[in-house]
Amino acid sequence: MSVDVGKSEFAAPAPGGGATLLEASNVLKVFGGLVAVNDVSFVVPERAIVSLIGPNGAGKTTFFNCMTGLYRPTAGKVLFDGKDITAKRPDIVTNAGIARTFQNIKLFRTMTAIENVQVGMHGKMRSRIVGMVLRTRFVRREEQAAEEKARELLDFVGLKRGNELAMNLSYGDQRRLEIARALGSEPKLLLLDEPTAGMNPQESEELRQLMEHLRADKGISVLLIEHDMKVVMNVSDHITVLDHGEKIAEGAPADVRANPRVIEAYLGSQA
Amino acid sequence: MSGAAATLRRNGRSVQRMLPPRAWGVLAILLAVAYPFVIEQLISGSNDLLDASIQTLAYVIMALGLNIVVGFAGLLDLGYVAFFAIGAFVMGWLGSQQFPDVSGGEGFHFLTPDTSPLGGAIPGIHVNFFFVIFIAAVFTALWGAILGAPTLRLRGDYLAIVTLAFGEIVPRVFENATSGIFGIGSIDFSNGRQGITPIDKVNFPWSDTPFHYPLELEPIYYVGLGMVLATLFLNIRLRDSRLGRAWIAVREDEVAAASMGVNLVRTKLWAYALGAMLGGFAGAFLATYNNTVNVDQFEFGFSVFILCMVVLGGMGNIWGVILGAVFLSMLNRFFLPELNDLPDKVGLDFDVTSINFGIFGFLLLVMMVLRPEGLLPSSRRKLELHADDVDADEVWFDEASLYDTRDDEMRPE
Repeated sequence: MSVDVGKSEFAAPAPGGGATLLEASNVLKVFGGLVAVNDVSFVVPERAIVSLIGPNGAGKTTFFNCMTGLYRPTAGKVLFDGKDITAKRPDIVTNAGIARTFQNIKLFRTMTAIENVQVGMHGKMRSRIVGMVLRTRFVRREEQAAEEKARELLDFVGLKRGNELAMNLSYGDQRRLEIARALGSEPKLLLLDEPTAGMNPQESEELRQLMEHLRADKGISVLLIEHDMKVVMNVSDHITVLDHGEKIAEGAPADVRANPRVIEAYLGSQA
Repeated sequence: MSGAAATLRRNGRSVQRMLPPRAWGVLAILLAVAYPFVIEQLISGSNDLLDASIQTLAYVIMALGLNIVVGFAGLLDLGYVAFFAIGAFVMGWLGSQQFPDVSGGEGFHFLTPDTSPLGGAIPGIHVNFFFVIFIAAVFTALWGAILGAPTLRLRGDYLAIVTLAFGEIVPRVFENATSGIFGIGSIDFSNGRQGITPIDKVNFPWSDTPFHYPLELEPIYYVGLGMVLATLFLNIRLRDSRLGRAWIAVREDEVAAASMGVNLVRTKLWAYALGAMLGGFAGAFLATYNNTVNVDQFEFGFSVFILCMVVLGGMGNIWGVILGAVFLSMLNRFFLPELNDLPDKVGLDFDVTSINFGIFGFLLLVMMVLRPEGLLPSSRRKLELHADDVDADEVWFDEASLYDTRDDEMRPE
């Protein structure tokens, strides 16, 4: 499991206590000549809320995609819950316990909110094709349970219009639905890619509370990409800062806020 | 124009609400059952109409099959004729005298008459039709998955081109299988361009008397109707299942579907296999009904014809697809031949049937302009076509990793 670290030091265990849930070591992703993620190591402990921040184009979403199987990292290793999930297919990663949302909302637009969440449960459902056609008692029960659970999850994220088509929901509700859909797969780790984009301050605050609930009630860790510093600083146990694909700082919110390299990355150097 | 359409739609809806959905279903089945008797009373020489209707039943099954692939899973398949061909050939192999040397010329019989009315054993393989259709369905489903596998990473135009090629390759393979198939063996599988004929008539497993269509059409009509109902049942159950939801999710957004734990490979292969299965199911039926399995039947135009039924009726909506299949097939088989005298009367010299594809093309053109979602669109499709904002910001991502079937260690690039 241990890899030769060589260039960068092993990611220090983040505060927040608990065992390591996700551990990415020396992840490298190159597109042609562009190094999008350069040798980034990263740890998410259990029951933690960890943030990944950085200016636009810093490689945050690429790093996300490397962990969820949408991209195959050029080099590096991703361990989740003790299992190697490096370069596994997205559905395998999801069924292992990592669920995600997308920066540009990717709902199934012509399905209802409930159906969207039911798709999220796909990997947890066990009905087989013959059962589906014959609609055995097992399948009927499973479908019924899935619908009930979908309603519960919609309640949990605060979405009331379960039978509405996803495309007809307001922007904030679509973001909520994405989270509910991700929770459908019963993840241990939830990856949120700029969840407050386009939300007003009140909605952002509700989302912050939601993340706290996820950790407290369901024991889910959250990995957050976010530009809203108010949310990031309030909610995170630990923050990692990327710039030009490289990790330039990490630590507790207060440390990161005071770090001159972070200020430089965001505001430019004052030469 | 649009005012009239709106009124029609309103009236249509209020008619629809007069009965619960289940009652409409029962009513439709009763009508279909009574149909041969009704037309016998109403029309003299109703045999042509009934003949066209029986062909139509087979087309309905195939359109419903293609609808799984195109309408539900959103995979454009231009080679559906391949599965018609495979199903028909299975019927040809298992229900004709194509292999005369089986068990020393005595033939193999399974629940079929084993001696001819003129005396003597009937050579060849003869399996009862009601078993052949299921063998054909399973065999074709297998080939659906095999032919679908290489297209998994393709989308849109590229997918269409590859499936089109399969639709051309499969009939050519059969045409050339006169001395072994794929160069294996030396048995004649197809009689080349002559095709396999005659094909066994349908008989019930408990009876030694075959049906005698084309002289008497009612019994075979009911067999076809039973197959349509079974297909319909399968389609509805699948649409409302976990798999049906996964198909629509894949159609809407592959990346999101995969990220929600949907196995794209398995989901798409099921769509191909089940769609193909119904093609083979109907193919076996048409083979015995037409009494021949001939490679001339399996041309590109056939794939397009079935696709037109799906598009015209309303992609993704089971009832729309049935309507489209009935409309186009009856037009082709019955109404156009009825109009054959028309050009003659106005002093022109051609058959209406010979320009049938021109007529279908024109109809499709009109449809695409006036009602692109089809006659009876699925509510989802309608939304897709009329959504104001088109989602243009597709993420660029590694297609390869989505379809990687290997679970192995990371490989260096």
